[in-house]
Amino acid sequence: MIKTTNGATALAETAKNCEPEVVAGYPITPTTHVVEEMNRYYANGETKSFIAVESEFSALSALIGGAAAGARTFTATGSQGLLLMHEVLFCSSGMRLPIVMVVGNRSVSAPLSIWNDEQDSVSQRDTGWIQLYAKNNQEASDALIQAYFIAEKTFIPVMVCVDGHFLTHTTEQVDIPSKDEIKRFLPPFKPMVTLDPDQPLSMGVYAAPAYYQEFRMDLHSDLEKSAAVISDAGKRFGQVFGRSYGLVEEYHVKDAKEVLVGLGSAMENVKAAVDEMRKQGKKVGALHVRVLRPFPREELRRILSGKHVGVIDRALSPGAQPPLFTEIVEALQGTSSTVSSFFGALGGRTLKIQESKQLFEKMSKGKALKEWITVTVEKNEAEIETC
Amino acid sequence: MSQQSEMHLFAPGHSGCPGCAPSTVLIHVVDTLGKDIIVVNATGCMEITSSQYPHSAWRVPYIHSLFENAPAVASGISAALKAKGNHHTKVVVIAGDGSTYDIAFGSLSGMLERGDDVIYCCYDNELYANTGVQKSGATPIGAATTTSQAGKVHHGKEKERKPIVEIAAAHNIPYAASASIAFVADFQAKLKKAAQISGSKFITVNAPCALGAGFDGSISMKVARLAVQSRMWFLFEYENGFFKLNFNPKVAKPVAEYMQLQKRFRHLTPEEIEKIQKLCDHHYIEMLERQKASDAKKIVFDAVTQPPSTPPASPSAPAAPKT
Ligand SMILES: Cc1ncc(C[n+]2csc(CCOP(=O)(O)OP(=O)(O)O)c2C)c(N)n1
Ligand code: SF4
Ligand SMILES: [Mg+2]
Repeated sequence: MIKTTNGATALAETAKNCEPEVVAGYPITPTTHVVEEMNRYYANGETKSFIAVESEFSALSALIGGAAAGARTFTATGSQGLLLMHEVLFCSSGMRLPIVMVVGNRSVSAPLSIWNDEQDSVSQRDTGWIQLYAKNNQEASDALIQAYFIAEKTFIPVMVCVDGHFLTHTTEQVDIPSKDEIKRFLPPFKPMVTLDPDQPLSMGVYAAPAYYQEFRMDLHSDLEKSAAVISDAGKRFGQVFGRSYGLVEEYHVKDAKEVLVGLGSAMENVKAAVDEMRKQGKKVGALHVRVLRPFPREELRRILSGKHVGVIDRALSPGAQPPLFTEIVEALQGTSSTVSSFFGALGGRTLKIQESKQLFEKMSKGKALKEWITVTVEKNEAEIETC
Repeated sequence: MSQQSEMHLFAPGHSGCPGCAPSTVLIHVVDTLGKDIIVVNATGCMEITSSQYPHSAWRVPYIHSLFENAPAVASGISAALKAKGNHHTKVVVIAGDGSTYDIAFGSLSGMLERGDDVIYCCYDNELYANTGVQKSGATPIGAATTTSQAGKVHHGKEKERKPIVEIAAAHNIPYAASASIAFVADFQAKLKKAAQISGSKFITVNAPCALGAGFDGSISMKVARLAVQSRMWFLFEYENGFFKLNFNPKVAKPVAEYMQLQKRFRHLTPEEIEKIQKLCDHHYIEMLERQKASDAKKIVFDAVTQPPSTPPASPSAPAAPKT
């Protein structure tokens, strides 16, 4: 049903309609609202559980328990909460538990900031989770439904990353499928193994050097193979709901000379900039990296070869080149592409249409650039923030 | 700025809500303990409202790190002071109940077990105020928050709060106390006592959140006072293993009188309120029993540990055997 609602509420309703049996939640801006909504459903008897844990560490740990016992699971967090889960992230993917989580992207402390960038989830890229990013709330809601499909096929946990405030707190029209509609796409969860007294088995065992690496090799290759499942999920979703998805989304890329590439909601502004510049005859394009893990290396190489690619990183790797830039440079090695790096727009600053146009203008000179995105924002010193 | 406010070590101009009781806690903590302290603050309302760059309301050294690690940060500061030969500066944690009862609970327990020389003060507003009113381990039974909602099936928080002072005291620390912002003299006396003792000291001070509990900021102190008068909250302390109930009026106000001032209890049925009344009565009896047991223990303790009243026969006591 089409609803006019903010992203957090839309995601909570979508999650509820996917019928998770174990829900754990802990408040943190900007996903507090998701957690609160899940509690409201629980209080009214619409969901089976709500574990009001005492930390995010326990939230994800509770989902390890839930998933190991064969339940579909859900939680939402971001920023400090996601960082506190770091150890549990590795553990849950290593244990191959198909957990699904919404991440409301927010900058990380210190200094404390409740505003948006993507440092939190980008910093979790090596934890063995699949990462989906959304440009708008429709994509976020759709990605959440697909996340269950993907996780339960691959036995790899999935995080759906949505920009805090820019998406979670923005009201848009979102078509949220009902429980019954979702069932047409998402089969019931059939765990491969569970904690079952009739078939006792041990989970979370330790592995000596003779075995350890094989587990990690499996996870690595299964993550790479999961790209096919994600593509398939995106296509099937389109067949049922009329909205299809790929690993990346191209926008006027084919004949473009300059292409800006990035994650999340900022890419909507980049697309708007492309529209404006196309009107002036400029051959520019945009590419949204919808799936950061597994990294769509081959697609990017195929699509972006020979172009001037400007990579937008709203996350840093202090002391090194920005993460997405590094990976795209590697993907384009040996092609005739030029790759520029634009990094910044952190802690609540974002790339607006005007700035996106400026980046295209700079790129049109042809030289590879490396520079900060320094969007200035008004000082707002008297504001109380919730963290 | 009035002369009086200039004297406070926690400055006016912070961005707390009007009538914010926790902000008053901060004023009393720093004013009572004085300038020679280092404040370690956990993430929460009191951090957000006091330290937005480029401002700070603190006129004493202040550090905030995370939501879940203030006790360990304090342990580190305490160790550093010791290493540098500073035996006078007091380390004071100021953390909310969400931090204390929940996310930093393990960190707190570690600090108390080690006995690090820290005064830990929890401003207990019984909920996560900063993220917009969610339940904490301190939220009283029955209270509605956004993560213990009053719905068709579940009706507010379903379990009682953690007995945090008892838990702290169970670490065998020299001092653990429960205070209230409406009983300022008692609170100040507890802070002063804590300042005289070395090792870990724990105080939780009830300080209701007008916004979170749903009452007008002008009656914060009234709500805080009624919590104690209705036996929803007790003033007591554990000093070197001995218990003392600090406030014990013979007649209590009904909990309904306390509850009716606050939106968070509005959904409760008369039966549910009656159940909570019974719990409060029950806890009161527990307090009296505890007092009795502690008094009896004191008599035995004194008998065993006090020196005999008659002086020893020989003026020079025999030297202890060398081992
Ligand atoms: C790891 C982590 N999880 C969640 C948060 C979000 N958060 C900030 S303050 C807070 C609640 C604070 O509650 P309390 O300690 O009671 O202090 P109060 O806000 O009531 O003053 C939460 C959940 C965070 N900062 N870090
Ligand atoms: S929300 Fe509550 S604790 Fe926070 S500043 Fe307002 S009254 Fe104080
Ligand atoms: Mg609190």
